[in-house]
Amino acid sequence: MQFRGRVWKFGDDIDTDVIIPARYLLTSDAEELAQYVMEDIDPGFSKKVQPGDIIVAGKNFGCGSSREHAPIAIQGAGVSCVVAKSYARIFYRNAINIGLPIIECPEAVDDAEDGDILEVDTTEGVVVNVRTGKSYDATQHSPYVQEIIKAGGLMNAVTERVKAQQAKAGA
Amino acid sequence: MGQTMAQKILARGAGVDSVTPGDIVEVKVDLVMTNDVTAPLSIREFQKTGLEKVFDPQKVVFVPDHFVPAKDIRSAENAKIMREFAHEQGTLYFELGRAGIEHVVLPENGLTLPGQIIIGADSHTCTYGAFNCFSTGMGSTDIAAAMATGTTWIRVPPTLKLVYTGTLPEGIGGKDLILHTIGTIGVDGGLNMALEFTGPVIDQLPQDDRIAMCNMAIEAGADTGIFPFDDITKAWLDEVTDRPYEPVYADPDAEYERVVEIDVTNLRPVVALPHLPSNTRFADEIEDMPINQVVIGSCTNGRLSDLRAAAEVIKGHKVHPMVRLIVIPGSQKVHREASKEGLDEIFMEAGAIFSTSTCGPCLGGYMGVIADGERCVSTTNRNFRGRMGHRSAEIILAGPRVAAASAVLGRVASPDQLSQVEAVVAD
Ligand code: SF4
Repeated sequence: MQFRGRVWKFGDDIDTDVIIPARYLLTSDAEELAQYVMEDIDPGFSKKVQPGDIIVAGKNFGCGSSREHAPIAIQGAGVSCVVAKSYARIFYRNAINIGLPIIECPEAVDDAEDGDILEVDTTEGVVVNVRTGKSYDATQHSPYVQEIIKAGGLMNAVTERVKAQQAKAGA
Repeated sequence: MGQTMAQKILARGAGVDSVTPGDIVEVKVDLVMTNDVTAPLSIREFQKTGLEKVFDPQKVVFVPDHFVPAKDIRSAENAKIMREFAHEQGTLYFELGRAGIEHVVLPENGLTLPGQIIIGADSHTCTYGAFNCFSTGMGSTDIAAAMATGTTWIRVPPTLKLVYTGTLPEGIGGKDLILHTIGTIGVDGGLNMALEFTGPVIDQLPQDDRIAMCNMAIEAGADTGIFPFDDITKAWLDEVTDRPYEPVYADPDAEYERVVEIDVTNLRPVVALPHLPSNTRFADEIEDMPINQVVIGSCTNGRLSDLRAAAEVIKGHKVHPMVRLIVIPGSQKVHREASKEGLDEIFMEAGAIFSTSTCGPCLGGYMGVIADGERCVSTTNRNFRGRMGHRSAEIILAGPRVAAASAVLGRVASPDQLSQVEAVVAD
């Protein structure tokens, strides 16, 4: 998958409480959650962010709670993908499971500035900064994770598996 | 090559002799848990599979605790989705009056046993490592998949071994130890690892303190924490269950990513200042930091021993006129036992409120949300910006004794400072 979008840059250890505060967890509706995304760290972010934009962040992005509402809110806001130095494990799984493209690329994060345009190819694992013209290799997802991405998210993968088992049992 | 405790449990769950850090393994799970915030999404995703039944109703558990007793219509609706699904499926379910905070309730009911693999749609699911489990938090969709298949995938984490040495000073508990540890290794010091808590200090440490420590493994970025199984854990479990279990032990030649020794001899009560759990100081180093609220409770420090420790400090004192003290037992069982011992009366006599069990203010839900510019000392586990209320509010994490002393003095303070003030007044 390829994306091109404006960079919104954040620091290290961005936690899920600032991505989507618990006071909004009464719904899991993407559009509703999107109105509040990043509200506690960048008030007004949801109004500024445009479809296709890219979140760029430091290490340990998405640390804290297990709320899947965090990647859902980011996706709901139209963010095309996230580029970070590293991800907290649960956020990483959640993003993959729901189909929010994420990629790990520390050098690209270091060089990117707020407002830059990035071109990201999550399949090839390449990030290009249009301002500087520099290209970066991202860390590849493990083959297991790539399978989930290919299936279109975890529940699609599981459903395929369940159907295959049922077919086998029925045969 | 020898195996760590995490490797041994995961190898068992995967049905293989050994696993190596970095391997992705599919494992059978012994328990799958969600709560009122994460369950509706899990249930919705589970239903997408077209399956009629969860893989094993006795291994799926729902606990209403975050916004329950329902704080408004939407939280009531979420709790209802969960309750109806639990009843329809015949899964384990803990209703109000027989429940409390998930990570307090499950151990109390003997559902977290040594050697098991437990996953929950709550990041503090890592708590059960105190019982020698591999337990870890995941999102709602991962939990939905496990409810369907009884399995999950796990990347075998490398292990960071923490060795606690020296002599534990009087009045220093699990919360002080874990805050000090996170202050030492950082909020990503254990990123994507398992923490093994070991050493002579751990060998003597009461079970409740181990639970408080393991609860915050996630705050160091870890997948989970694990404690060795011993007589202290066994005695605790003997009180709650007679189900069989099979503990694991680390091999002497197990390979560790890193070993960190922590000498506890000179520790004093620890606090974490805003806005990260790693921003630690000794409580008595903090000068003149006035506070507006104190919360004693949560899955970290809402157990009977925590309430006893806080009550011991606060007994005979009054909560500072500028402070609200909110005490919330971690479960209905804790509530009842605390009442039987008269702890509720001690807190109320001091001018506190003593509430029914809920997560409530810990995640800024209700029952004590904090306002713009306010400062709260809390025995919970996260002091992230906006966690307990307004984004400008400040949260200071502490153990129950510091929380109680701070409530009386109206500022961040250690129990020793409270005694000193008392001595001066007595003069
Ligand atoms: S008490 Fe706090 S940390 Fe524990 S489960 Fe509830 S909200 Fe989460």
